[in-house]
Amino acid sequence: MNLLEMNHIKKSFEGGLEVIKDISLCVKEGEVVSIIGPSGSGKSTLLRCAAMLEKIDSGELIYLGQKVAWNDSHFKSVYMSSSDKKKIEKYYGFVFQNFHLFPHFNVLKNVIDAPERVLKLPKKEAEKKGLALLEQLGLSDKKDAYPYQLSGGQQQRVSIARALAMDPKILFFDEPTSALDPELTGEVQKVIQSLAKERMTMIIVTHEMQFARKISDRIIFMERGKIQAEGTPEVIFGTGNERIREFIGRLQNE
Amino acid sequence: MDILTMLKQLGGGMLVTVEIFFLTLILSLPLGLFISFARMKKNCFVQGGAKLYIGVMRGTPLMLQLIVVYFAPYYLFGMRINHYRFLAVILAFSLNYAAYFAEIYRSGIESMPIGQYEAAKVLGYNKVQTFVRIILPQVIKRILPSVTNEIITLVKDTSLAFVISITEMFTTAKQIEAAQTTILPLMMAGVFYFIFNFIVAGVMEYLEKKLGYYK
Ligand SMILES: Nc1ncnc2c1ncn2[C@@H]1O[C@H](COP(=O)(O)OP(=O)(O)OP(=O)(O)O)[C@@H](O)[C@H]1O
Ligand SMILES: [Mg+2]
Repeated sequence: MNLLEMNHIKKSFEGGLEVIKDISLCVKEGEVVSIIGPSGSGKSTLLRCAAMLEKIDSGELIYLGQKVAWNDSHFKSVYMSSSDKKKIEKYYGFVFQNFHLFPHFNVLKNVIDAPERVLKLPKKEAEKKGLALLEQLGLSDKKDAYPYQLSGGQQQRVSIARALAMDPKILFFDEPTSALDPELTGEVQKVIQSLAKERMTMIIVTHEMQFARKISDRIIFMERGKIQAEGTPEVIFGTGNERIREFIGRLQNE
Repeated sequence: MDILTMLKQLGGGMLVTVEIFFLTLILSLPLGLFISFARMKKNCFVQGGAKLYIGVMRGTPLMLQLIVVYFAPYYLFGMRINHYRFLAVILAFSLNYAAYFAEIYRSGIESMPIGQYEAAKVLGYNKVQTFVRIILPQVIKRILPSVTNEIITLVKDTSLAFVISITEMFTTAKQIEAAQTTILPLMMAGVFYFIFNFIVAGVMEYLEKKLGYYK
């Protein structure tokens, strides 16, 4: 069964600009999918639609066979009730370009607050799990620090730990290293790579071509709100499609 | 009359002033939060109502509001309420200050980056948890300096209660002044307000420092 299924998704913003034009996408358990494409092509919007941070206008959104959104007779999407949506939200985690850590919580609290409040884990258990995650991500010595005291790379690793603490079935990353200084992207990429090794299901929007090539089972090339090409890294990087070759070439030479 | 007797008489007024101050704060701070919620609602009646309320409360003199609140039950409904004088003062002050606090809350809430809401949402927090655990603590830190300003103004505004003859500090001082023909009690009242505000400023500074543990 597909973990995530998006069928014929359409999304416009006020003003009528159609940002996602009939996109379909399936992700199986354990799959790592990268989305690449020029700026403004709708990559973030697609990811945000999957995470219910944006409402889709038309199409189906399905998690583990459960329909979260479906079309009514006028091909307008209707969503499940908000209490059911809350259950679906537990299936995924989201890592933002700008981290969005909670500045008033220290590192450990950032990681364990949601497990305690949302999953209702006992404090001891949540703490044990949070400390193990911080250890895994090399942040043990920072557990009492506040986000403003950390480097960008450390902050992003905390935000990954925060997402992992909820035991998500799938993780979404929206340009996880774009806000980082070049010398800090490596540490975050390494963490994502080790998650890929453990067969964590992930969708990653990225502009880092070598990174996408290394970790993805499948790469999706998006342009103007559509999936223009999709395939294994070998297929995408060896494509005869002029447009994609040019795009990849330009980013690699940067 | 010697200074000690004067002080003793002023003491009673002082107590009333302090009471007005704390009761107004306790009532207007939460009330202001609810008004700011209404002000930020999309429903245009709710929002319009809140806007009108805030407009009237901020656009007319507090002294006039005191008089209106005090006399309204009698002139509008013919009601005579026992011991209404003090209640009217608390009511008028709370309603007035809630309007100012509402706008301060709103500015703080609207200045919060959307990313905080989105991060909370994808972690599964519900609306109440998001507001209480994530948003409000940060809002309080942001608005503390403006709140301090309002609170200091409130200390001085309590003296307006004299228009409906509440015997708070200022009224008492005026009475002694009239009877003894000396401005000494008024000076003493001034010193009292100053010290009161000095303490208030100190407490607020302490709170600001306490919340300074993060940026
Ligand atoms: N909230 C919004 N309101 C209106 N328009 C929006 C909104 N969010 C995105 N857009 C528009 O939708 C289009 C696609 O944006 P999106 O952020 O999905 O692109 P992207 O592929 O992620 O680009 P980038 O690589 O620069 O992050 C852009 O033209 C953008 O201006
Ligand atoms: Mg984007």
